[in-house]
Parts: sequence; structure tokens; C-alpha cells
Amino acid sequence: MRKIIRCLVPCLVLLFLYVPILILAVYSFTESTQIGAIKAFTLKNYETLFTREDLRSMIVGTVLLALGSAVLATLLGTLGAIGSFYSKKRISSAMATVNQIPVINADVVTGFSLCILLVVVFGIGKDTYIPLVLGHVTLCAPFVYLSVIPKLKQMDSSLYEAALDLGARPRTALLRVVIPQILSGMISGFSLAITLSLDDYFIATYTKPATFNTISTYVVNATRGSQTEVKTALWALSTVIFVLVILIVLVMNLNAGAAENRNRKEAKA
Amino acid sequence: MKFSRKTLGIPFAVFLLLFVVAPLVVLFYYAFTNGTGEFSLKNLTDFFSDPNTLGTLFYSLLLAMTTTLVCLMIAYPVAYILATSKMKSKPVIIMIFVMPMWINFSLRITALKEILTLIEGNLAFYPFLNSVIGMTYDFLPFMILPIYNTIVKLDGSLTEAARDLGANERRAFLRVTLPLSMPGIISGISMVFLPAMTNYVVLDMLNNSTFIMGSLIGSYFSAHNWHNGSMIALVLLGIICVFTLLTDRGDEKDARTGGALL
Repeated sequence: MRKIIRCLVPCLVLLFLYVPILILAVYSFTESTQIGAIKAFTLKNYETLFTREDLRSMIVGTVLLALGSAVLATLLGTLGAIGSFYSKKRISSAMATVNQIPVINADVVTGFSLCILLVVVFGIGKDTYIPLVLGHVTLCAPFVYLSVIPKLKQMDSSLYEAALDLGARPRTALLRVVIPQILSGMISGFSLAITLSLDDYFIATYTKPATFNTISTYVVNATRGSQTEVKTALWALSTVIFVLVILIVLVMNLNAGAAENRNRKEAKA
Repeated sequence: MKFSRKTLGIPFAVFLLLFVVAPLVVLFYYAFTNGTGEFSLKNLTDFFSDPNTLGTLFYSLLLAMTTTLVCLMIAYPVAYILATSKMKSKPVIIMIFVMPMWINFSLRITALKEILTLIEGNLAFYPFLNSVIGMTYDFLPFMILPIYNTIVKLDGSLTEAARDLGANERRAFLRVTLPLSMPGIISGISMVFLPAMTNYVVLDMLNNSTFIMGSLIGSYFSAHNWHNGSMIALVLLGIICVFTLLTDRGDEKDARTGGALL
């Protein structure tokens, strides 16, 4: 009895999480425009997804925005973390506190306040993409900072001193000694920034140019309309993203597994 | 200028001042001024005297509390069962539970909408129920992950000690495991409660005509009414502050980010 419950509860929750996505995936390969109706097999939705201009440009735009803001956020956040780590306690705790604001704040409030500051007060046009990119960097950089700080704390501080003693200039020591030590934090911060930017709706709505759409804003607008061609093409998009996520997770797991095996072998040797 | 590690932090410090602190200052300014830039408390009194906005505030609090409670009731057993199981592949299984986090939320809500439409026919009949289902569907992984992370790190010998000292299983759970998993629960609650008050897109996409606090900001934004919109944002900020002080979220980053770090 106990065993059954221990298995049943997680399974039911998994069903709840995955059934909608899976059903949509199945229907994305059919001609039906509504779930429940059984129609013939077709790849039309996928063809639309990859050929229709507005769909393609919004996918490319979303990815470029995510990559661009993640690069900027990683640069800023990493430099910020290094600077704050080596600053006086008062300064670094002030930075840590302010850094926490966008993390805790509701995205609606962040987006709305940035829109007022940049667009209404400073008069920067949304068409310049500046508010949008700044908004996404504001969303992501604090998370990079939070990923890098623990790595700096774990680092052996004498390494940097040793490099200086051995004649390295501070700049070289930083690039050759400190950066490799915190690289894993930077990478996880970067990937985090990508996922945050890809998933964002609110900051984009409040700061994006009228003609530009991210996946989120496009999908939300599309559900208001009644265009079935777009609607079913989005089912295909959901399926493509689902498969991509599975692939990424698989590759990450395999890599982690391989690394673990290697460590174990090294430990034995 | 001489190179120093401290100076590397300057760009980020300036960035934080410009794009985190300054927007909040501007928000305060707009919330307490009128169209001509004079100091005014009208936006504040507007908010607290209009039955519509007050109703929205209470409705979103109710919705957020219900959603949080439902998420907790589902997430805790799942996290507990997974964390205490003897399976070797635990990390892979928890990964399956948090994977939906990486699929764009609007696409997932589209999927849910199709299913709900099939079951209910017309989504307009059960706005509250649909909102709770939609938000639970969206936020559940954010509740499961921090609770799992807390329980999995618990020292199993503590429960064993309680058992050895004569506590039955239920008592050992209630007096040892549950109190020790509180940090995870609190972190999960804070991951779900605030989005549930503000993420109005979930309601919009489920053809809901009900309003939550986020929807008010959205509609003032569309009307270019910056002053009243700022006041709503300020009220939300107040709620967030109170909430943060109550929960003191040390694990915040862990919860929102855990997925990508796994």
C-alpha cells in the first residue's frame, strides 16, 4: 500500500505536468485545429513554423536577444562580483543588497518602472531596442552575480598572491588565475541568464518596440486572436522546444556522468 | 589609473544605481505626483477608496494564497517521496520534474488551455478554478525544487535518533523532518506567492476576465496612466517588502536558479 502511494503521487504529478505538452505534440502532427478531433497526419504546421516570415523573425529575435543580453549580463555580473568581493565590507554588502532587488521584485514592477525611467523620463525610443536590452540585462545580471560570488568565496586567495609573487601583472593574474577558478560560476550564470531572458514576458512587453516580438509576447498575442494557422504552428514550436530541452538535459546528464566517472578513476589511481 | 580589482566592480555598481535604484525613485515620484508634476496624494487615496482596486487587491491575495497552498500540498509529498527514496537516479528524476521550467511558460499555458477547453467546454464558467490550475501548472516546479533540495540534505540519522528514542513514524516526521524542511517550504512559498499575485498573463491566456494586481499595472500601462500605475506598483512593492521581511529568503537564488545549475 505504502509503496503504491510512494509511486502513485509522483507519477500523477508528472502526468499533470507533461500530458498537456504531449497531447499538443501529438496534435501538432495532424491537420486538426482543435484538440479532440481526429484528423489526418501532416507536417504542415512544421512547414509553417519554419517558413512564415513573422514566426521565423520572432524566433530569431528571441534567441538573439537572449544571447546578447546574457553576454552583457555575464560580463557585468562577473566584473561586479569580482569588484564587490575585493571591496570593503560596507560596499560589498550594499551591492549585494541592491543586487537582490530585481531578484525578489515582481517582473511586472521591474518592467513598468524601467519603462517609466527610460521611455517616459529619459525619452529613449522603444524602437532603439535600448530599453529592451537594458531591461533584460537588468533581469539577468543579478543572477550572474549570485552565481559567481560563491565561486570567489571558495577560491584559495593565495593563488592570486602567488601569481603576483611569481611576477605576473595584476591583469594577467586575474585573467589566468582568477577567471579559470570562477568559470563554472560564470557558465551557470550565463545559462541562467539565457533561460530567464527566453522565458520573460513582462519586461519585454513594457520595453519592446511595437513591431518586435519575443516568443512569449507573440504567443500571448496569438491566443487573443483567432488565426488557426498561427495557433497550430505554435503547437509545433512548443514541440520543437520540448524536444530541444530534452536533448540539452540528456547531453548535460551524460557530460556530468562522464565527468563523475573520470573523477572516480582518478581517485582510484 | 592603476589597475585594481576593486575598480572592476564600478561598472556594475553604476549599472545597479541607474537601472535598479533610479527606476524605483522614479516610481515613487510618479506615484506621489499628478499630471502637472505637483505633489499629490490623490493616487494613494484613489487606490484605497476605489472598491474596484481594493477588490482586486483582495482577490489577488486570495488567489495567491490558494495557489500557494495547492502547490505546497502537491509539491511537499512529491519532494518528500523523491528525496527520501533509495533510488540511485534521484538527480535524473528531479530533473524531469523541473524540466518544464525551461519550456516557455506561454507555450505551456497554451497547451493547458487546449486541455481545459476540451474538458470544460467554455473556460469562462470557472475563472477562479482555472486561474488556480493555470498558476499551479506554471509554478509547481518552483515549489518542488527548493523543498526537495532541503529534504535531500537532511541528516537521516536525526529521524533515526527520534525513532530510537521512541517516537513513532508520524511523530518523527512532524517533530523532526517537517520543522527541518521549513527553509525549503518558505523558499518555495516565496517563489510562488508573488508571481501568483502579479502574473496576469496566465489569466489572460485562459480567457479570464478577472483582474489581479498585475493586470491593473497592465491596464494603466496601456492607458499611459503612469501615475496610477506607479501607485499600484508601489503597493505591490510594499507587499513584496513585507513578504520578504517575513520570510527572509536566504535561498532565493537557489530556488529560482536551481534548475539551470543541476
